[in-house]
Amino acid sequence: MLEIKNLHARIAEDGTEIIRGLNLTVNAGEVAAIMGPNGSGKSTLSYILAGREDYEVTEGDILFNGESILEMDPAERASSGIFLAFQYPMEIPGVATMEFLKVAMNAQRKARGEEPLTVPEFLKRVKDVSATLQMDMNMLKRPLNVGFSGGEKKRAEILQMKLLQPKLCVMDETDSGLDIDALKIVADGVNALRSPDRAIVVITHYQRLLEHIVPDTVHVLYRGQIIKSGDKDLAADLETNGYAGVIGEAA
Amino acid sequence: MDVRTQTQNTPAELALIGAFDERLSELPGDGNVMLKRDAAIEAIKAGLPTRRVEAWHYTDLRRLLAKVPAYDDNVRAEPLKPLLEGASVLAVLNGVAGKTPALEGVSLQPIAEKLIDGSYAPALEPQGNDDAIGALNAALVSDGWFLDIPDGVSPDRPIELQNVQAGGQVHTRFAVKIGTGVTATIIERQAGSAEALVSSVDNVVVGDGADVTWVILQEQPETVTHLGQFNAWLGKNARLTLFVMNAGGKLVRQEVRVVTKGQGAHFDLRGVNLLAGDTHTDVTMVLDHAVPHTGSRELVRNVVTGKAAGVFQGRINVHQPAQKTDAKMACNTLLLSDEGEFSTKPELEIFADDVVCGHGATVTEIDHDHLFYLMARGIDEKTARGLLVKAFVAEVIEGLEQEPLIEALEEKLDHWFATHG
Repeated sequence: MLEIKNLHARIAEDGTEIIRGLNLTVNAGEVAAIMGPNGSGKSTLSYILAGREDYEVTEGDILFNGESILEMDPAERASSGIFLAFQYPMEIPGVATMEFLKVAMNAQRKARGEEPLTVPEFLKRVKDVSATLQMDMNMLKRPLNVGFSGGEKKRAEILQMKLLQPKLCVMDETDSGLDIDALKIVADGVNALRSPDRAIVVITHYQRLLEHIVPDTVHVLYRGQIIKSGDKDLAADLETNGYAGVIGEAA
Repeated sequence: MDVRTQTQNTPAELALIGAFDERLSELPGDGNVMLKRDAAIEAIKAGLPTRRVEAWHYTDLRRLLAKVPAYDDNVRAEPLKPLLEGASVLAVLNGVAGKTPALEGVSLQPIAEKLIDGSYAPALEPQGNDDAIGALNAALVSDGWFLDIPDGVSPDRPIELQNVQAGGQVHTRFAVKIGTGVTATIIERQAGSAEALVSSVDNVVVGDGADVTWVILQEQPETVTHLGQFNAWLGKNARLTLFVMNAGGKLVRQEVRVVTKGQGAHFDLRGVNLLAGDTHTDVTMVLDHAVPHTGSRELVRNVVTGKAAGVFQGRINVHQPAQKTDAKMACNTLLLSDEGEFSTKPELEIFADDVVCGHGATVTEIDHDHLFYLMARGIDEKTARGLLVKAFVAEVIEGLEQEPLIEALEEKLDHWFATHG
């Protein structure tokens, strides 16, 4: 489903290279974890997948269902089925959360040639999904993410993900800022989305989240490259022995 | 007017003086009113204000007012559908007061009657040498509405004052006396269908303990010169929220002059300027905190597109007795084009020593992080930008705390974005 081939990318503003020849394949139905120390390029990779223009790809390609996405803007990528759950979701004053959800869902439906949702159908979907995430509907009347706690922001990201039903979910440090109860709710939300026709990429610094979202594959990102891949035991090994061993092996 | 030394009137000034001479016999008023009119036209003969007059520095009226349309007695203006359903509408149609509606408990009178009987003469005195709008209007005012809302009688529905032009020149007044303890919502519509010169002056007395929301919605065509002036005097513990939305006009100046006369009075100015095309829009406020324990908040948000130019001047005078004044002013501009511009001039003049006063101004572009977040959810760039621009000004509207009013104004916002966004 996702093929990243020899990807090189840099910060557009100052030319600093962050991703240096990254290769990764994630198949439909797979949950892939990307782990790595701070500064290894994890968040950058998630932004590049989503199409943030602060980064430019200088070499290589990203294929989604066999087609390059490099020429697509963030909205086109989202409508084709790529979803990024942000590490730090933006607070946007003045944009009501409900209005935003409706516009986003209908924009994606329109891009797929579907009719917009009726208001009752839209409300029903939001209500049902909020209930599974134990979110208060009153929160959704507030401006998008404004005044939400860290945990509420992360739940709101999962809410959006469940409503938009993407094909590829990229989750950037979803566990940061969550207490154990919130972590479980978020993990249950993600697990509910596991399906044979969907891939999930979980980017994380710690193994903690992976106890709740058990990955099929684990990849270690260091200095802009995948230096080691394995199964869920690799994550446990990193938790016990730290990154130093793996980095030493690769060097 | 002092600083002016020119010897020759501009074509626009000549047109105004000519219009005065031509209309004089038809303008309503007794001897006292006519004396005020004669005095007022002298100010126009002395020359419209230029950028050398401080209050007009960013709006050089003499240069910008290039053309003055002639009166057109053959056109007819129609009343507008009210902004809020069920509102009592008091219309002035191309300079003539329309039908008198039934408005329980409120005394109503067309201004023309008060000019004819002379009782309105004192109100025609311009406020100082730089009051070009007051002078022009005093010279040429033809009609308008006078409302007297008695003490304790809150109207059970919104009142809508409409100044609708169909071309030519229109000079109108609205005078409203609001009694003690009255709660009222008053909508003022400034609109029309043709090229015109409009002056419109409001004189509003807000009684002790009254709570008034006043909305000025200016939606003139892009060929209109609109000169507005809103004057208000606030009694003890009175609250006035003035919301001004400029969403049209070619050359617009809306003046706001407010005096807090009674202790505990509070004034809120909430402004939205939606600027497009090759237009010039100026909102100039002079607020006098005259007594102790009064407050004010000003929040003005501007969206600038095309080659539009905007101005906000906010002057807060805190007089020596006005201890414990609490005043805060903010002006934020979203600049969406390289050719647009916005000038902000906040001024605080403080003669009392125990006060809290502050002001801030920002000019920004669309936040790219916000844009990315919205687009990352599949919202195309144009729609995402629209959402963010609307959010920027919607905050000013949402503070009005009246659901039907907020909805009606947001519809106006959507309409503007649909035609200019």
